Amino acid sequence: MAKTKTKLSDTYDTQFLTDLLEEMILIRRFEEKAGQCYGLRKIGGFCHLYIGQEAVCVGAYAALDKKKDYVYTTYRDHGHALSAGMDPGVLMAELFGKVTGCSKGKGGSMHLFDVDKNFYGGHGIVGAHIPLATGTALKIKYMEEDGVVLCFFGDGAIHNGAFHESVNLAKIWDLPVIFICENNQYGMGTDFRRVSSVEDFSKKAVGYGIPGQQIDGMDVLTVYEEMKKYVDLARNERTPSLLEIKTYRYVGHSMSDPATYRSKDELKEYKEQDPIVILKEKMISEKIITDEQYSEMDAKYKAIAKDAEKFAEESPEPGLETLHEDVFA
Amino acid sequence: MREITMRDALREAIDEEMARDETVFLMGEEVAEYHGAYKVSRGLLDKYGAKRVIDTPITENGFTGVGIGAAMSGLRPIVEWMTFNFAFQAIDQVINNAAKTRYMSGGQFKVPIVFRGPNGPAEWLGAQHSQSCGSFYAHVPGLKVVAPSTPYDAKGLLKTAIRDDNPVIFMEGELAYGNKGEVPEEEYTIDFGKADIKRQGKDVTIITYGNCIKHVLPALTELESRGIDAEFIDLRSLNPIDEQTIYDSIIKTNCCVVVDEAWPIASVGSYVAWLISKNCFDELDAQVELVASEEVPMPYNHTLELAVQPTVEKVIEAVEKVMYLN
Repeated sequence: MAKTKTKLSDTYDTQFLTDLLEEMILIRRFEEKAGQCYGLRKIGGFCHLYIGQEAVCVGAYAALDKKKDYVYTTYRDHGHALSAGMDPGVLMAELFGKVTGCSKGKGGSMHLFDVDKNFYGGHGIVGAHIPLATGTALKIKYMEEDGVVLCFFGDGAIHNGAFHESVNLAKIWDLPVIFICENNQYGMGTDFRRVSSVEDFSKKAVGYGIPGQQIDGMDVLTVYEEMKKYVDLARNERTPSLLEIKTYRYVGHSMSDPATYRSKDELKEYKEQDPIVILKEKMISEKIITDEQYSEMDAKYKAIAKDAEKFAEESPEPGLETLHEDVFA
Repeated sequence: MREITMRDALREAIDEEMARDETVFLMGEEVAEYHGAYKVSRGLLDKYGAKRVIDTPITENGFTGVGIGAAMSGLRPIVEWMTFNFAFQAIDQVINNAAKTRYMSGGQFKVPIVFRGPNGPAEWLGAQHSQSCGSFYAHVPGLKVVAPSTPYDAKGLLKTAIRDDNPVIFMEGELAYGNKGEVPEEEYTIDFGKADIKRQGKDVTIITYGNCIKHVLPALTELESRGIDAEFIDLRSLNPIDEQTIYDSIIKTNCCVVVDEAWPIASVGSYVAWLISKNCFDELDAQVELVASEEVPMPYNHTLELAVQPTVEKVIEAVEKVMYLN
């Protein structure tokens, strides 16, 4: 796995690095707030937090052209939606089930969408969105556009038939889709090693004759650099690929999961490679930002998360008259 | 008027709509080079090329989902299932993705897609290749479900289905592709949610849909010879259902037989019978009769498989019952 070892400032401009850092902080603070609101029963149902995995979506989206590229992801979608540029207040309102939410309160935590931002969800059935993403890639080819599709799914989905059928179709039709297994190492409570024929998921690419690679998902710049290669490959050569981005969720599968199936040492080990801390420390050591500036950033996103909660709380419930709306076009 | 087969009527609908709208394309197993397992797509590959007539591997879940994703992104796919029996592999895609994405996204997406193919009992095929699947789909909000019984209805309904901005389940009778019927040269479409009164009558209402018409038509002839003037309603559209046409008929005849080749529990037929019982209670002179399939998987043996399904005799017997004739 490639690590970024050279000086950051030799390669990247300050604004780019700051944007990555801020986006990760935004997701972290938003998710902490969502968790808190869930505890207060302001959010119900299932709520799957993204804490620990921020480098994956932030690094990947940075490699995209958001005007013409598309993203599909799973039910652990809050971070992805924020990376797609969706408004934190609108997202929090959706988690609260309010009419001001992106799906008018009818989708919830697992079904965030923004068609104008090419963010195609937010899908609740493990693996079932992978064919959809492949279909969007078919549309790109059919219309002779030059966009690409990122299709994220978890280590739990990679054994599902929908995944295997989709990868084969993408290969035989030369579709610009990148299949990204965001391996947070536990499919709900199951260690991925217990249910997989291989430990390196990117090896599955071989069976479909497409490129595959394992990527360190705790380092946002590594994710960004590696993603760029495969985005270019999809965009310029219509070559699909399979990436495994190895990451870790600090929290349980959902809010009701105390995550007793893993050791405290393992969690500690990953927290030591925290994606926000890694980038922040590099930036501070290279004097790209100061400690004070970091604290200001953090305060800013805590306030944004708080404002999102306030917006959600003060928003109205959807009226009963909306019950039958949007069943059909 | 010229007479053409059901398969030709379906092909004309697809051909005309593909010519009319470049975003319309056909995909499925054997649809291109083999011209379709039931030869519905004969000639379309030559006319439109491999970009718009796409052969798929045998992966119903995968290519059905690909079609849905393409529809969410602005294309108008026609997904051919070689039969509805195989489409159970894709039913998660249809129910959880096609039917719900618009609602779950607060109306952000349209899913203009047609899923079509042969449905219903065939002959000598055994349980996995011979069954009526409409009830599974008619149950789900967000799907439109139609089942033509004639070449005329097939062409008009399929053109409407392709132009509709919602997912449409389009069920063709597996044994009906060679059936001939009048189809005009000039263009026409048939609105969804409109039943067709295929015979006007005043004594009894008989309701069915799809290829079940083959049991009803001979029954009508027999009833006529006995002096019974039956009204025959072909639902054509299973969701939405044209309730008004049904109720207007019951008001006239005061008795009704519903014929459905699906199993009776939670079927379209049993739902229609319930609607009539609920909304025409005061008009009815007798309980509504439902002629349905026996509750067994389809047996292979021909005598047994015919005994499972509605028959002309069962329809006549049900009419006699609701008219108190025996």
